[in-house]
Amino acid sequence: MSVRVKLPTHLRRLARVDGEISVDVAEPVTLAAVLDAVESLHPELQGAMRDRATGRRRAFVRYFACEEDLSHEPPDTPLPEPVTSGAEPLLVVGAMAGG
Amino acid sequence: MSSRSAAGQQVMAEVRVLVGTRKGAFVLTADGARKDWRVDGPHFAGLEVYHVAGSPAAPDRVWAAPSTSWFGQQVHRSDDGGRSWTAVGSDFTYAGVPGTHQWYDGTPHPWEFARVWHLEPSATDPDTVLAGVEDAALFRSVDGGSTWSELPGLREHGSGPHWQPGAGGMCLHTILPDPRDPARMLVAISAAGVFRTDDGGATWRPTNAGLVSEGIPDPDAEVGHCVHKLALHPDRPDTVYMQKHWDVMRSDDGGEHWHDVGGDLPTDFGFVVDVHAHEPETVYVLPITSDAEHFPPEGKLRVYRSRTGGHEWEPLSRGLPQEHCYVDVLRDAMAVDGLDSCGVYFGTTGGQVYASADAGDTWAPIVRDLPAVLSVEVQTLS
Repeated sequence: MSVRVKLPTHLRRLARVDGEISVDVAEPVTLAAVLDAVESLHPELQGAMRDRATGRRRAFVRYFACEEDLSHEPPDTPLPEPVTSGAEPLLVVGAMAGG
Repeated sequence: MSSRSAAGQQVMAEVRVLVGTRKGAFVLTADGARKDWRVDGPHFAGLEVYHVAGSPAAPDRVWAAPSTSWFGQQVHRSDDGGRSWTAVGSDFTYAGVPGTHQWYDGTPHPWEFARVWHLEPSATDPDTVLAGVEDAALFRSVDGGSTWSELPGLREHGSGPHWQPGAGGMCLHTILPDPRDPARMLVAISAAGVFRTDDGGATWRPTNAGLVSEGIPDPDAEVGHCVHKLALHPDRPDTVYMQKHWDVMRSDDGGEHWHDVGGDLPTDFGFVVDVHAHEPETVYVLPITSDAEHFPPEGKLRVYRSRTGGHEWEPLSRGLPQEHCYVDVLRDAMAVDGLDSCGVYFGTTGGQVYASADAGDTWAPIVRDLPAVLSVEVQTLS
């Protein structure tokens, strides 16, 4: 499945990308699988969204999709169908007042 | 060399000032006259850049350590003098289980990486660079920044559980390799003190004899001192100057013993200290009113210079604001160049970078309105 991911400005600059990125993820398409794919495509993002060792989300990073906050969902929870179908992006967001 | 040719050589030289700020990095360049400056930046716009440092071994190799609390640490390397940058490794994982240090209230607190405070590129190998980090530890890369490995003998030498953070965090902010002996090095940590290795970083010991600090249970304890900055002259590396939280100190035995040289300073609180490029007994500090009032005394921005290795200090104020000035100058925000007429530079939390091309006699701003300056380094290029 091709999943769209929208990164915040600082991470787009670090990854040297403009706009959204797309990553291919095998089913089941979970948050952890998408982030794994993003970090595989852009290794410089390792540690920028989640802890390298534990995989725990950084304190000021949030994950949104389809107008829902997925930040506190277990990492292995399947993402909503509009995300897995490519209709909606997964949003990686710096917490409010993020800069 | 005639004075005319010396002056010509000076003008032919180039000075590159590397500035880290709260919202990016800037590269300021001028010829040896140091009058007309080019300002490039911001690089890493919006990120906190605690330090930018050039390699003495390959001057166009420059390192930068931008970070945010949101997305963590980055390290970037430039091989064209700071015009373009490449992200390199930024995995600063402590060796083993790092244990605890003291929190502000004296309770144990887990060691947690927060950011890189200081980069110290090797004098001889462009691919080797040391990094001092918060929570305090020393890391080294020998592969151009791709990977970082902790030198755990410092954090694990035994006193680590008694270290505590200063107001800015528990940071390793100063790395002073001994230019005579690559196995020997001093580092300084707020608030722990000075530590020395004589075997390339494998083993360490505190070297804080003579330091006295209020605010810790035992004022002359072996560790716990809030050392703000160290500086030395490469021709006389056993003489080390220190700006402590309070007190300006000097050691003449490589940090084994320290004595107070604050003398007639208006206040001996401050953050920066540096040494003239050609005169090992000429020292610069910038007094700050107090630990409660982080701005210059009387609202007058004055560098103080001692030509006697301390004790006797003269204020240097020509060209600096002498009223209504309430900026701070942080610990890594002063540097000197190596030109015949030594240049001195410092940056303020108000975003000014001041330069003196005559060893501090007169000053002028290079820029006035940058974000708060965190660090200033200078490269002298021929």
